Amino acid sequence: MSIITNINKVFDHRIRLGIMSILMVNEYADFNTLKELLDVTDGNLASHTKALEKAEYISVEKQFIGRKPNTRYATTKLGRLEFKKHIEALEKLINKQ
Amino acid sequence: MESKDYLKDISEIKNLMNKSSRFISLSGLSGILAGIYALIGAATAYWLVTNYSYGTLTLDGWVFRTCVLILGLVAFFSIVTGILLTTRKAKKHGEKIWDNTSRRLVFNFLIPLVVGGIYILIILNQQKYGQTGALMLLFYGLALINASKYSIGDIRYLGFIQVILGLICACFPGYGFWLWVLGFGVMHIVYGTWMHFKYDRN
Repeated sequence: MSIITNINKVFDHRIRLGIMSILMVNEYADFNTLKELLDVTDGNLASHTKALEKAEYISVEKQFIGRKPNTRYATTKLGRLEFKKHIEALEKLINKQ
Repeated sequence: MESKDYLKDISEIKNLMNKSSRFISLSGLSGILAGIYALIGAATAYWLVTNYSYGTLTLDGWVFRTCVLILGLVAFFSIVTGILLTTRKAKKHGEKIWDNTSRRLVFNFLIPLVVGGIYILIILNQQKYGQTGALMLLFYGLALINASKYSIGDIRYLGFIQVILGLICACFPGYGFWLWVLGFGVMHIVYGTWMHFKYDRN
């Protein structure tokens, strides 16, 4: 049972897992980069980033590059910690069987 | 049933981490060709020096200038071939050639290389010629090791080999030419062949 408790509901979706994976190995990534890598629609990506932002696992920074608005995302300390826990729990689940 | 899903999750995580942080479309074939150019260049220079310069290099002579020109040509054609073949491979894989990952790769590769190049020019100006071969191998090796974090991890080992050859070369400057041939010529061909069979043929 203790293993199951580490499976994080917030990460329990392919796209959210993908967003976190990309942000774990990059200092930051902007909206379009995430969109291309994950191959999702704007609305879909926005709703998932919002969920992660709400849980305070990622931080959002809005800025302008020239005249174009640019949104970039980065993991927070909490997000990295929770993601690692989640991965460890996944690995344990896989190894158990 | 559930375990299978989690396994898929893990492999997708790994895949995304690699794809978003590493540029992996480097072509093995370009390594082979770079090695061949280096060998041709070295053979031409060797032939020039033994036939027209009695085995020694005088620095203001045309033989020396031609050797420098050959070195430049080898570097130029290696870079052009590398860019062309890598672009072709990236296109085939549906990857962008100039994105964050390739920019980071080129930038990190160039840091040790440019520093080394400037350093070599400085000591050449001070009439210290003996270590040139060693320095080229050393800085090129360090550039590869630095770049390996942003590309196929395997190029790190090529970097280590170049650095080791560079250190040997520093101890035995008399064999500088042959170690240069081994490092830039033979090792590129061996390595390129290995990469070609490991990654390109599928």
